[in-house]
Amino acid sequence: MVAKTPASNETDIAVIGGGLVGSAIAWGLGRLGHAVTVLDEGDIAYRASRGNFALVWVQSKGLGMPEYAGWTKASAEQWPGFAAALHEETGLDVRYEQPGGFILCLSEAELEARRDAMMRLHNQPAMVKYPYEILDHAETKRRMPAIGPDVAGSSFCPLDGHVNSLRLFRALHQSFSRHGIDYRPEHDVQTITPLADGFEIIGAWGRLKAGKVVLAAGLGNARLGPMVGLHVPVKPSKGQIIVTEKAAPFLPHPVVTIRQTDEGGVMIGDSQEDLGFNTVVTNPVISTMAERAVRMFPVLGGLNVVRTWSALRVMTEDGFPIYDQSASYPGAFVATCHSGVTLAANHALTIAPLIAAGMFPEDRFGVFSARRFHVPAAA
Amino acid sequence: MFRRLPEARGEPLNFTLDGKPFSARSGDSVAAALLAAGIETCRATPVSGAPRGPYCMMGVCFECLVTIDGVGNRQGCLIPLSEGMRIETQQGARAIAQEVA
Ligand SMILES: Cc1cc2nc3c(=O)[nH]c(=O)nc-3n(C[C@H](O)[C@H](O)[C@H](O)COP(=O)(O)OP(=O)(O)OC[C@H]3O[C@@H](n4cnc5c(N)ncnc54)[C@H](O)[C@@H]3O)c2cc1C
Ligand code: FES
Repeated sequence: MVAKTPASNETDIAVIGGGLVGSAIAWGLGRLGHAVTVLDEGDIAYRASRGNFALVWVQSKGLGMPEYAGWTKASAEQWPGFAAALHEETGLDVRYEQPGGFILCLSEAELEARRDAMMRLHNQPAMVKYPYEILDHAETKRRMPAIGPDVAGSSFCPLDGHVNSLRLFRALHQSFSRHGIDYRPEHDVQTITPLADGFEIIGAWGRLKAGKVVLAAGLGNARLGPMVGLHVPVKPSKGQIIVTEKAAPFLPHPVVTIRQTDEGGVMIGDSQEDLGFNTVVTNPVISTMAERAVRMFPVLGGLNVVRTWSALRVMTEDGFPIYDQSASYPGAFVATCHSGVTLAANHALTIAPLIAAGMFPEDRFGVFSARRFHVPAAA
Repeated sequence: MFRRLPEARGEPLNFTLDGKPFSARSGDSVAAALLAAGIETCRATPVSGAPRGPYCMMGVCFECLVTIDGVGNRQGCLIPLSEGMRIETQQGARAIAQEVA
């Protein structure tokens, strides 16, 4: 056995949270040569990173904040390079694919609502331009022959894709050692105390001094933020997922609620519930999901379900991410979002270098600050 | 490798495996019938293509998957053999489209 060197109690940058957000940022920082320590609560944590749907999804994002649409599109553009870098470093292919994705509508009314939503999204001033199409039944069927007669039509966007998100998580963690990133599981952070020249991070495991601290603790950010002058109003939003046995490929594109994984299993999931910290799988929700999925693709009716699960999204009130640096304690950053798979490339390749440089430029990132939640609601 | 217990009884039943005729006994599960016929590999896995055969014989390991009368991914150890069954070894993932459409 290799003797374990005692853990150092000083680091350049401490990343709190080893989920997808923290791991992508740590990886990006480690590649730039910074000494990074990742502190993670451990396996009892509520971890969206291990229970998500694995879409790298663009088409429906950004109504109400066009900058978020641009940010999402930028991540989709960075994804091929990000996946290639991970492949080269770890030998793991995270199976990023971008065949374009569909949102299927099961009635004319749904299709009309979809057309409106896409129009409102793309009519916003400052909206980034990208192609999308609204398709009728016949054209949707031509591109995806497995759809059923109940599908009235769809929207399609060529930027949408998907990935094997468990392999992504594994690849990031596997490359930690290559970049000298010190990953410490079972290191729940209790308190963070700002010092004159950095931060002291304290838990039952001991203490760590860091020059900078990055809050990437998902739902845990709400509690940790105020300790370093950051406001991080995030709440859990439950999502449930069904996965079937592996089948031969039949679905050439991801659909926002149904996708066939690279290994053949079909994932079905489109529920959103606000029930607090509750991860019980409930039959009415699961059966509605299954019923809609079978109407979209009747062949699914012949597949066996092998598992169902639920996990908690990390949600802000408006659904958009928060990227902020503390005004009162510079050097303390927060990054949190509900689409950590989609945005992983941005977190690794854009957010990490900005944290290293010491700031999120106001012109691009001001909109993502949690200051937006301080505006008093209009009467 | 497997031998039947001398006291085990049952009527003879015919089935085919990948089109070749075999016989077994009533009361056999599909997986037992295959093992008794000396067949130890019933599928290749969808991810790595590794050969697999019945293992737990009680429904928990999913190693015994075969195609029965055209339906893929059936657990051979849980399905009683019946006269004339058309059993096929399964190479990789089951097909779905042709069965249900
Ligand atoms: C059902 C579902 C489907 C989804 N589908 C998609 C999708 O298709 N595409 C997409 O882009 N995104 C999707 N997401 C969202 C995506 O999974 C999340 O955005 C992402 O995983 C969030 O990562 P995170 O690192 O912020 O949070 P988490 O994965 O929750 O990780 C937070 C980490 O912080 C640690 N932590 C918390 N508190 C502390 C503390 N005090 N001290 C130390 N460590 C702490 C925890 O241990 C945990 O590991 C989905 C989410 C869900 C729930
Ligand atoms: S042999 Fe294990 S499930 Fe059939």
